[in-house]
Order: sequence, then structure tokens, then C-alpha cells
Amino acid sequence: MLLRSVSWAGTVSLGVIVTYIVLAIFAPVLAPHGEAEVVGGAWISPDMQHWLGTDGLGRDMLSRVMYGGRRTMSIALAVTVAAFLLGTLLGLSAAIGRSWLDTVLSRTVDGIMALPSLIVALLVLSVLGSSIPGLIGVLAVLDATRFFRLSRAIGQDIMSRDYVEVARLRGESIRWLITREVLPNATSVLATEFAIRFCAAVLQVSALAFLGLGVQPPSADWGSMVNENAIAINFGIAAPLFPAAAIAGVTVSLNVLVTALSDTSRFARV
Amino acid sequence: MALVLVKRLAQGCMTLLLVSGFVFAATNLLPGDVAAALLGEHATPEALAAIRRSLGLNQPALYRYWIWLTHFVSGDLGTSLANGQPIGAIVAIRFYNTLFLAAVTAAVSVPISILLGALAAAHRGRWLDRMVSGATLVLVSVPEFFLGYLLIMLLSRYLAVFPSMAQIPPDASLTQHLFAIGLPVLTLALGVMAYLVRMVRAAIVEVMSASYIEMALLQGASEHEIVLRHALPNVIGPLINIIVFNLAYLVVGVIIVEVIFVYPGIGQLMADAVAARDVTTAQACALIFAVTYVGLNITADLVATLTNPRLRVRAA
Repeated sequence: MLLRSVSWAGTVSLGVIVTYIVLAIFAPVLAPHGEAEVVGGAWISPDMQHWLGTDGLGRDMLSRVMYGGRRTMSIALAVTVAAFLLGTLLGLSAAIGRSWLDTVLSRTVDGIMALPSLIVALLVLSVLGSSIPGLIGVLAVLDATRFFRLSRAIGQDIMSRDYVEVARLRGESIRWLITREVLPNATSVLATEFAIRFCAAVLQVSALAFLGLGVQPPSADWGSMVNENAIAINFGIAAPLFPAAAIAGVTVSLNVLVTALSDTSRFARV
Repeated sequence: MALVLVKRLAQGCMTLLLVSGFVFAATNLLPGDVAAALLGEHATPEALAAIRRSLGLNQPALYRYWIWLTHFVSGDLGTSLANGQPIGAIVAIRFYNTLFLAAVTAAVSVPISILLGALAAAHRGRWLDRMVSGATLVLVSVPEFFLGYLLIMLLSRYLAVFPSMAQIPPDASLTQHLFAIGLPVLTLALGVMAYLVRMVRAAIVEVMSASYIEMALLQGASEHEIVLRHALPNVIGPLINIIVFNLAYLVVGVIIVEVIFVYPGIGQLMADAVAARDVTTAQACALIFAVTYVGLNITADLVATLTNPRLRVRAA
């Protein structure tokens, strides 16, 4: 019963995520209007023509939410992929390589993780100035610490197993050990972490954009759209809630899906 | 015992020193320095050199770090790059406002979280537990500004309970102050509670499934006796640890929430400083946030040591 109810929520969230991906990829084809195209007055209420109304400059909100998702999610994906590659590579090296390497890397990661990442990101961006490559770089390094800890723990665990010991005694190279023994056994845990970190990246990118860092106008992204339309809420206009709800939709769905999948696999093992 | 505490405190001080070094390095060793930020893109090399000299940037980095740190500890936070005002005076008021917001949020969210977590643990696997888990999962996932603007829409526009902007008049009484921050407190509390409830539930479930509880059950102890004599003493330590650890979340959450509600706290100050590339102010705010965050984590660690007899013995 529990399993079935979890899977049901999981299926719905999978559907939501697929919809988001399709909308993001095909935004230029599917969006009724252009990203920066002015279609009418400011903050028109939602109607048949403009399903989500318009923003403060009279641009179609639905179109901008679609384009915004495309930009926010692709930046978040770039952050997560870069963080994954950097963190996993260093984490596995720390687990497999020499002990001084492990000490140096682990202490550095401890140091970075001693601070809240939003504070570090804000501080670094105040010096670098806001640019998308800068934003991706900073968040990727900060996020890589999570992948580092996880992949190091997995690496150490797997390295102590018998089949790796056998391969080692056979005289296999470190590269062979990583690609043939360690990675295949770590895939599911790393994939789960990837989804969770992507979720966090969407939230971080949006939070920084909300604070005015990252994407520059007239380009749309969810966080800066919330910021641009924030003032409207004081007049009882729901405009900032649409991009904010778009973010909530994808992050909630991803978290529900991850929880559902981990529950399912736990039950499957029992 | 005392030795362990001293050791932990020394470790904490080391972390604080490292963190201050990191905050300094982040703003001083990156490409694009304070002088460039001050003059903008059209600066001539001569002007840059002059500014660097007047800011003391031509001194070695380690020397500047020492000056910056010692001044900071003695309360001199430097001057703002944006308006030349001393940072200390502005930061003091802003930090007080932020601490007030955080304290009220903690006072609201901690008791409710313990209650909900304990209820969910007691009803493990039943509908109440599943509702609490579902709600907290959603709250953990949504961005703060979604909650914030939703609450403004519902409680400020439709029901007109709280003001949408948390402006505090200079001569506000305590009640006025509390009323003004109703919505930011609610937004932050929901965020903190989402984590806190889940962790409290997990801590209680863990203690209740320990073998000594089972032993007490088998010996025929009453439910009352089990909760008060066996479960409670063992769960208090982890609970305090979890609470202090989660209060550190406020440090991050507070920046976004202060911007949403235009609350004159240190988070808003930092966001403005970063947008204006006022590096010295951003640096001072970042160090205060970092010290608060690391300080709370050290406290959580100390509490865990003090309340866990096993940790005490092993570490000594």
C-alpha cells in the first residue's frame, strides 16, 4: 500500500519533470510570444490571450516563464555537471590515491563547507562582478564539495571490497579500477545525488538572480523575473508568483521523485 | 572532560581563523580587485595605481590580512567603498535587527517543530506521520521567495493581517516591531521547521528503537517511565544539537527573506553591497555571517560532546 502510494506520487512528479524538460527545450517553438516582445499593457490579469497575464513591461508572462525555465535550468545543469565531474574526479582520486592527496583535498573541502554557500557565492560575485560563466564557476566549485564527500566515501567503501582487492593484486591500473570496478558500483547513489544537487542548483541560481546577480535583462530567468515583478505584489497582482511557482514545481517534483525512487529500491531490496 | 572542551574550543577558534582567511582571500586574491571595482571599466592604469596606494593595496597580502583582522576584532570594520561611511555603525543596527528577527523565528519554530516531530515519531507510518513528512518535503524544496510572496498575497493582500513590508519606524515599540516582522518570521519559520521537524522525528525514532528501550519494555516498565526515564535523557542531547545546527540555516535564509520584505537587516545590507560592488561592506557582512554560522556549529558540536557520555569518555 505504502509502495503503491509512493509510486503514484513519483509517477506524477516524473510527468511534471518531463513536461518541464520539453517546455524548456522547445520554448522558442512553443512559446506564444517572444522573450522580450512587448504585447500589451503592464501587469494585465491572466485571460484567454495571455494565460498568465503580462509583466511590468507588458511582456507575455507565460512565454517568459518558458524561456526563463530554459535559461535557469540550463545554467543549473551546467553547474551540476561541472560540479559532478570536478567533485567525483577529486573524490575518487582522494579515495584511491596517496594519503597526502586525500588529506589536502579533504581539509580544503572541510574549509569550504564550513561556510554557507550563498554567502561565499555572494562574496566572490561582489568581486568578480555578475556574469553567467562566473556564476556557473563559483556554484560549481561550491557544489563539487558535496560530490567530493560522497564519491570519496563510496570510493573508500568499494576499495575495501574483495573484488577490488583481487583486481589490485592482479596488477590492474588505477584507471581500470575506477572505470571497471568503482564507477559501475556507484552509479545509482551518484545519480540520486546528481538529481538532488540539480535541485539545489536551481534554487541557488534563482536565489542569486533574485538578488540581482547573473542573468542580465532583457533575458528571462526565473529568479530575476521574481525580482522584476516583486513590486506588483503590493497591488495584489500575482505576477511574481508565476516564476516562483515554476521553480517550486520543478524542485518539489524532483525531490518527490527521488524520495519515491529511494523508497522503492529500499523495499525492492527487502 | 575539561580537556575535551578546551580541545574542541581550540579547534573552533582554528576554524574561525581559517574562515576569516578565506573571506579575506576571496575578496583580495581574485582577479578584479577593490580598486577596479571602485573605478569601473574606464580606469586608467595610473588612476588604478593611485587608488591601490591610497587603500594600502600595494602592501603584501598577509600584512593586509593581519591589519584587517585586528581592526575587525577591535570593532573597526573599515569604510564603505560606496559612500565612504564607516561600516561599523551601519552594521551594528542592521545586525541587531537581524538577530531580533532570528530570535523571534527561533522562539516560534523550535517548540512547534519539537511537538510536530514527536507527534510524527509517535504515529510512525500512520497518516499523521505521512502528512508531516509530505508537507516538510514540499517546504524543503520550495524557494523562500515563493513562500514569502505567497504569504504576502494571502495574509497581507486578502486577509490584511500583517503588513507586506517589514519597515520599522525608529521609535517603534516592541509590539509594533513584532507586528511588523510577522510575515518574515512566518516565512523563515516555515523554512527552518521543514528541516527541524524531519530531524527531530528521526532522532526520536532512533532512540525509541534502541535496544535499551526494548529491554525496558520487556521488563514491564510503564510507558510513562520509558519516556521520562529512558528516552528523554538520551534524546535531549541530540535534540539541542539539531536545534542549534538548524538555527545556522537562518543565517542563509535570512538574506533572501530580508530582501523580500525590505527588512533593514544585515542580509539586505549584504545584498545591496554586492549589487553595488561595495566590496568592503560585503566582506564585513560576510565575515559576520560566517562567524555566526561557524559559531553556531561549534556550539552544536560542544553540546553534542557535553550531553553524550560515550563521546565524553572516548574523546578523553
